[in-house]
Amino acid sequence: MSQITGQMEALEPDPIDVVVSKTIEGRSPWQLSMARLRRDPMAIITLVVIFLIILIALCAPLIAKFTGHPPNMQYRTTGLTPEGLPRPPGGEFWFGTDNLGRDVLVRIAYGARISLVVSLVSTVLTVTLGVAVGIAAGYYGGIIDSVLSRMVDFVLSFPFILFVLALVAISGPSLVLLVIVIALFNWTYVARVVRGQTLSLRQREFVEAALSLGASDRRIMFYDLLPNVLAPVIALTSLLIPLFVVLEATLSFLGLGVPAPTATWGGMLSDSVVTYRQAWWFVVFPGAALLITTLAFNLLGDSVRDAFDPRADRL
Amino acid sequence: MSANTVSPEVLLKAEHVVKEFPLASRRLWGGEKLKVNAVSDVSLDVHRGETVGLVGETGCGKSTLARCLTRLYDLTDGSVNFDGTDISKLRRNEMRPLRREMQMIFQDPYGSLNPRRTVGSIIGEPFAIHAIAEGQERKRRVQELMEVVGLNPEHYNRFPADFSGGQRQRIGVARALALRPKLIVCDEPVSALDVSIQAQVVNLLMDLQTEFNLTYLFIAHDLSVVEQVSDRVMVMYLGRAAEIAPVDRLYSNPRHPYTSALLSAVPIPDPDVSDRRKQIILTGDVPSPVDPPTGCRFHPRCPKAQDVCKVEVPPLASVFQDPPSHQVACHFPLADGEQLVGTGGGELGAITIEEAK
Repeated sequence: MSQITGQMEALEPDPIDVVVSKTIEGRSPWQLSMARLRRDPMAIITLVVIFLIILIALCAPLIAKFTGHPPNMQYRTTGLTPEGLPRPPGGEFWFGTDNLGRDVLVRIAYGARISLVVSLVSTVLTVTLGVAVGIAAGYYGGIIDSVLSRMVDFVLSFPFILFVLALVAISGPSLVLLVIVIALFNWTYVARVVRGQTLSLRQREFVEAALSLGASDRRIMFYDLLPNVLAPVIALTSLLIPLFVVLEATLSFLGLGVPAPTATWGGMLSDSVVTYRQAWWFVVFPGAALLITTLAFNLLGDSVRDAFDPRADRL
Repeated sequence: MSANTVSPEVLLKAEHVVKEFPLASRRLWGGEKLKVNAVSDVSLDVHRGETVGLVGETGCGKSTLARCLTRLYDLTDGSVNFDGTDISKLRRNEMRPLRREMQMIFQDPYGSLNPRRTVGSIIGEPFAIHAIAEGQERKRRVQELMEVVGLNPEHYNRFPADFSGGQRQRIGVARALALRPKLIVCDEPVSALDVSIQAQVVNLLMDLQTEFNLTYLFIAHDLSVVEQVSDRVMVMYLGRAAEIAPVDRLYSNPRHPYTSALLSAVPIPDPDVSDRRKQIILTGDVPSPVDPPTGCRFHPRCPKAQDVCKVEVPPLASVFQDPPSHQVACHFPLADGEQLVGTGGGELGAITIEEAK
């Protein structure tokens, strides 16, 4: 036995004697995922598109200045035909005007701001709430898990649109309300995924190892569980953003979102219903903006999910 | 590695430890309250500097016992005294300073290391939790530990996935060693490793024991590994201690029929010797710990079982002219040189002997 052992040890060079001139950096799973993402052409394309959308949103006042059309200014003489219909795309109004004679291009740029702010802020809120609840439920189990899980069931069984209608009737539509409502009704999906993930991680020996070292619950949840649930959460997040872009548009379309005259894509689509037979541009341009944004985020989401898939190649 | 007789003090004393896990009732109300009797009334002394082996089949409660002794589980009943302190009733924050003194090495070298953290941060975790060394000082001590367990300190920033099974187990050993504990509970530390790597890790553990004056509770189901490392061995069956003895006595002179059957199952590398040996094959499965047999828990599978075995729980005691260190829980222990034969005493005709061809 000792002979065999001796040979085995001889096969492996003594690691301490190996002289390494530069420091050896291990690549974290996170770094590997990022490397995979950088190699994915679809991810690069969608990232460029999303970057452009963000740029347009940021530069909305510049666009307004350049065209000379503030977003809420109604050009009743130049922006409307003598019959009172919107003007088609042309020299002064590149994307045409809406039924009140406002510049569609400028309003789309301003609408991008609302769209991005609402979807990103509610995503952050949703994910934070969902991860906190999910990890707590999965880690503590027992009564805490039962209470939190019933809360999730309760929220999931709530009629969302009816609830928002009632809420708007009481307090009136506003940006803050919109964000809160979206987050409040969607954290449950994140919580469920995180809870399930945490339940399985809880059984892993490294959690037990941390306990045996005397780690506090908070430390275990932050240092041991959180980094391990992050991959599915990031994948889920990348799909929540486009969902919320559409949700914002839907609620604004129904008049439950940001109140007029603030420019929103959903609100513009809603206004265009009256004149869509005469003014195709008033439907197509906001619709296209919505479509491109959602599509870009969705495709990016697919790439992110692939990149964070633990079964993916190591590169 | 003989028992450190210089200080025969008891480091860990477990008395009548009971651990039961209640099963969730499937009914809304009423219904029977079922429970898993994982550990039932086990007492054990671990002396300073010695290695106590804990063997038994999967599910016999050895890991549960280990987790009770380190208070990862709350005890249902009984007490555990560690280094003069009764830890069985301590609250979690009261337990924290004592955690520096007792550490665990886990079975699964993949599962016991957080895949998202670097080796440096895993081994440095005990320092972080107990706020001992920080920054460069922590790094220096972690790299020192890596060297002690035979890892390249340059690999400080690597992730567990970059290491082999044996190397990962070394990481686990380094982490357990970080706070210079008095007691290390090794929960099947080598069962998940290749045989050649097993020897390396076992040798490492034995070297560390002499270097740092460690006390081990060594859990395994591989009897040959236990024989190599242990000073004393306790055999468990279905949550109870069947036999406890110094290692040479247990292997040469097993008193409990179950120990004897276990030993006969150890593979012998020499085929000639192996062919001459009589192998005892236990029939039937280990009964469910939810509803363990009455009396001696081994009686349904025991060839020597009599009526009394079904009724009375045999106490752990020395038999014949055995020294007090050799104790067995059996009404009809095996005498010196007695071979276990299938007398059919047990209801199920539990043990048969196969004559090797």
